[in-house]
Amino acid sequence: MITGNLQTAAYLFASILFILSLGGLSSQESAKKGVFYGIIGMIIAILSTIMGESVQGHAYILVAIAIAAIIGIVVARKVEMTSMPQLVAILHSFVGLAAVLVGYGSFINPGEAHADPEFATAMERIHLVEVYLGVFIGAITFTGSIIAWGKLEGKIMSKPLLYPGRHAINILLVIITLTMMVLFTLDAGLSQWTYLYIMTAIAAFIGVMLVMAIGGADMPVVVSMLNSYSGWAAAAAGFMLGNDLLIVTGALVGSSGAILSIIMCRAMNRSFISVILGGFGGVAVASTKEMEGEVTSITHDEVAELLKESSSLVIVPGYGMAVAKAQYPVYDLVDILRKAGKKVRFGIHPVAGRLPGHMNVLLAEANVPYDIVLEMEEINEDLPETDVVMVIGANDIVNPGAQDDPGSPIYGMPVIEVWNAKKVIVMKRSMAAGYAGVENPLFYKENADMLYGDAKDSVDKINMALRR
Amino acid sequence: MKVGIPREIDRQELRVAATPKTVQRLLKQGFSVQIESKAGVPANYSDEAFLEAGASIIQTAQELYASSELILKVQPPTSAEIDLMKPGTVTLSYLWPAQNQALLQKLAEKKINAIAMDAIPRISRAQKMDVLSSMANIAGYRSVIEAANHFGRFLNGQITAAGKVEPAKILVIGAGVAGLAAIGTAHSLGAIVRAFDTRKEVAEQIQSMGAQFLTVEIEEDGSTDSGYSKVMSQAFIDAEMALFLEQAKDVDIIITTAQIPGREAPKLVLDYHVAAMKPGSVIVDLAASSGGNCVLTKKDEVYTTSNGVTILGKLDQLPHQASQLYGNNLCHLLDDMGKAEGFKIDMNDDVVKRAMVTYNGAINWPPEPLPVSPQKPKATTDTHKTPEKQAAKSGASTAISLLIIAVLLGLLGQVAPPVFMGHFTVFVLAVFVGWQVIWNVSHALHTPLMAVTNAISGIIIIGGLLQTTDEWSSLATILAFIATLVASINVVGGFFVTHRMLKMFKK
Repeated sequence: MITGNLQTAAYLFASILFILSLGGLSSQESAKKGVFYGIIGMIIAILSTIMGESVQGHAYILVAIAIAAIIGIVVARKVEMTSMPQLVAILHSFVGLAAVLVGYGSFINPGEAHADPEFATAMERIHLVEVYLGVFIGAITFTGSIIAWGKLEGKIMSKPLLYPGRHAINILLVIITLTMMVLFTLDAGLSQWTYLYIMTAIAAFIGVMLVMAIGGADMPVVVSMLNSYSGWAAAAAGFMLGNDLLIVTGALVGSSGAILSIIMCRAMNRSFISVILGGFGGVAVASTKEMEGEVTSITHDEVAELLKESSSLVIVPGYGMAVAKAQYPVYDLVDILRKAGKKVRFGIHPVAGRLPGHMNVLLAEANVPYDIVLEMEEINEDLPETDVVMVIGANDIVNPGAQDDPGSPIYGMPVIEVWNAKKVIVMKRSMAAGYAGVENPLFYKENADMLYGDAKDSVDKINMALRR
Repeated sequence: MKVGIPREIDRQELRVAATPKTVQRLLKQGFSVQIESKAGVPANYSDEAFLEAGASIIQTAQELYASSELILKVQPPTSAEIDLMKPGTVTLSYLWPAQNQALLQKLAEKKINAIAMDAIPRISRAQKMDVLSSMANIAGYRSVIEAANHFGRFLNGQITAAGKVEPAKILVIGAGVAGLAAIGTAHSLGAIVRAFDTRKEVAEQIQSMGAQFLTVEIEEDGSTDSGYSKVMSQAFIDAEMALFLEQAKDVDIIITTAQIPGREAPKLVLDYHVAAMKPGSVIVDLAASSGGNCVLTKKDEVYTTSNGVTILGKLDQLPHQASQLYGNNLCHLLDDMGKAEGFKIDMNDDVVKRAMVTYNGAINWPPEPLPVSPQKPKATTDTHKTPEKQAAKSGASTAISLLIIAVLLGLLGQVAPPVFMGHFTVFVLAVFVGWQVIWNVSHALHTPLMAVTNAISGIIIIGGLLQTTDEWSSLATILAFIATLVASINVVGGFFVTHRMLKMFKK
C-alpha cells in the first residue's frame, strides 16, 4: 500500500519520464534512451496505481495485463514494417475503446463525492460533462481508427466515400449531441443511460463517416489526427477520474498528433479542414495545361548503364516502394553503387507513404544508414548537381505542376524538385495519374525517362545488370 | 535507307559526323551505314572501329554520295560536294543559313532537302538535338583550358611555404551554354570568376555555377522569345563598356561567348579595353568564327598584342568527344523523324520545319519566329504593402484571441470548483509542454513517435485499474477489465514495436 501523496509523487515522476521519452525522439541516437524512459515511466505509473489504497480486484488486473502483454508482444514482433500504419491505426482504436469503457465505468461509479458541499452539484455536473465528452471522443477515435485500419489494410476501398449533404448531416449530428449533453448533465427528459447510448452511436457513426470520406494518400493526416484524438480521449478520462497523470499524458499525445497533422497538411499545402472534410482526389481533375513533349521509356539495362556512368544518385521513394516491398532490393542497389564509390542518397517527402515518417522506417528496416536519408528541404538544394534521380513509386510529390501550374489542384504543395537533376528515371506501374488525379508534367520532361513495371522486380533487374 | 558519312573536306575540321557508337545506334534505328574511308581518322576513329561497329567502308566520296539517301556531315557541303549528291538526298550538317544564301540557292536547285543542325530551334523537346549547345559546352570547357595554357600562372590561389599565390581572375562575357561551361570549369580550377550577361534571368544560373554576376545599373532585359539575347540600347552599351573597362584593368583572363543568331558577333571588347589589360593577360574569343567579340581578334589565329595580351581566335575542338556528341545529336534528330522505316519529313513538326532550310527545291528560310520561353506570370503588384498590413492584422487578431481566452478562463473560474481548475491548469500546461517538445522531433522519427505515443496513451489503463472491483460479475468490473486489457495491449505493443523500429536505425 502506498499513500496518496506518494502516489502523486510517482505520477509526477512518470509524467517527467514521458516528456523525456518524447523529447528523446529529436535524434536517432537519443531515441532509444527515450523509449527506455517511457517504459520506466509506464511501469512506475501502473505499479503505483495498483499498489494504491483504493484498488480492488488485483487478480483480474493481473490476468488482463498478462493476456494483453502476450498479444502485444506477438503482434509487435510479427508486424511487417510496411504494415506499420495499420498497427498504429488499430492501437489508436484500442485507446478509443478504453476511453469509452472508462467513461461508462466512471458514470456507473463516480467515485467519492466532493467534500465541500458548496461545490457538490457543480462537481457532479462537471463530472457528467467530462464523462460525456470522454465517451464522445473515445467513440469517434474507436470507429474512425477501425475504418482507417480497414482502408490501410485494403479491406475497405480507399476511395473517399462522399454522399451529398454529408456536411449538413454532420452539423445536425453535432447539434443533437450538444443538446443531449445539456439534457444529460441536467438529468432531464429521458434516462441518462439512453442519452449516453444514443450519443455513443452518433459518435461511432461520425467516426466511420469521417474516415470513409478520406482517400488513401490523405491517410497520414487521418492517422495523425486519430493519434491526437486518442490523446484527448485519455485526457478526458483523466478529468473524469481527477487523475493528473492521465491528463498530462493525454495532453502530450494530443498535441503530438495535432503537430503531426499540421506538418502533414503543410507538406500537402492543404488546410486541415479541407483534408478532414475529404473530397480531394475523388473527382478526376481536368488538366488545365496541355502537356508538351512526349513520354520516353527506358530499359533496365539502360538504367544500369546510366548508373554506372553517373557519380551521384538520389532515390525518391513513395508509397509504391512500400507496396512492392522494394526496400530490400533498393538497399542492394545502394550497396552496389556505394561500393563502386558513387554518392547515393535518399530524398524523403514528408507525406511519402501512409504514415508520417513511414519511408524512413522502411529504409531503416532494409539497413539503409539513416545519415544518407535526407528530408525534402535538404535534398532539393543538391538536386541540380545530381546526375541521376530515381523516383520509385512516387508521383504527386515530384510533380512540377505544383510549382509552375497555378491551375493544378496541387499548386503550391512543396515538392521534391527532381527535374533539376541531369536525368530522372521514374519507376512506375503505368502512366496512371497519382492519387490526386493530376497529370504529372514530369513524365513529359526532356530529361525524364519512364521505367514501367513492379518496383521490386525492376530494381532486381537493375541490380542483376549492374552485377554483370 | 542508306546513310552516308563523307570525310570532311575542310582540313581545319577534325570532327566526323558519326562514331562507332553512333553507327551502332543508327543500325539499331534500322539504317544501313556506309562511311568514307579515313573519315574518322582526324578524330581518332579508325576504319576498323567503324567496320567492327557494323558500317561498310566506301573508298571514294563519289561512290558514297551516289549510293546514299541520307548524308551526315559536320561542315556545310561545298558546291563540289553538292554536285555529287542525288536529287532528293537529305543532308544533316551545319549550314549557317543566314550567312550562306548562295549555298541555300544551290541546294534548292539540286533539290537537296538540307537540314541545318545549327537552325534547330531552342525548345525543350529539341535540346537533345541541339548541336550548338553540345558544341558550346565543349568550347566553354576548352576556352578555360587553353586560356590557362597561355596564361603563365596558377589559376587557383595557394599559400605555400615560399609565399602566397593570388588566384587568377576570369571574366566571362555571355552566360549561354558555353559561358556557363567556362564558368564551371574556371571555378573548379580555383579561379575567381565573374560573369556578365544582358539577360537578367541567368543571374541565378551564373551564381549556381560559382561565379559572381556583374550587371549594369540600367533597367533593360536582353532576353528574347528565341532564347538568345537581343541587341541592347546605346545607354546600356555605354554602361556596359565602362564596366568592361573597369574589369579589364582588374582581371587576368577574359572569355567572350556573345553571339546573336544570324548576325555578326557584337563587339564587346574594344581596343582600349585590351590596352588596359595587364601584360600576360589572355582573351579567348569564342565568337571568332562569326567576327569575334573582341575587335582585335584574328580568326583561327593566336597572337600576342604589343602590350603583351594574348588573344585566341581559335580553339581545339576535342574532335573525339565532339564527334561523339555531334553524332548523338544527329541520332536524336533521326529518332524524332521516324527512324529508318518510318522516316518522314514532317513539315508540320516544329523542329523539322525550322531546321529544314531547303525542301523540294524551295528555300525555307528564314522561318517564322517561335516563342518558346514560357511567359512567366508577372508578379502581382500589391506585394509590397501587404507584409506590414499582415503584421498589424495578425497582431490585432492575436490580441483579440488572447482577450477571448482571458474572458473564457475568467468565466470558468467563476463557476468551476478549485479542484477542477487545478486539473485544468495541469492540462493546459501539459499541452504547451507537448507542443514545444514535439516540434523538435526529427521528421525521420515520426513513425516511431506515433508508436511511442500509442504506447503512452495506453496510460488510460489507469482508468481501468481504478475502476476494477473485487466483484467479478458487476458491469463496472467487466468494462474495466476490457479497458485494462486493450490499454495494456497498447502499452506493451507500442513500446515493443517502437523499440524494434529504433533498433533498425543505423548510421
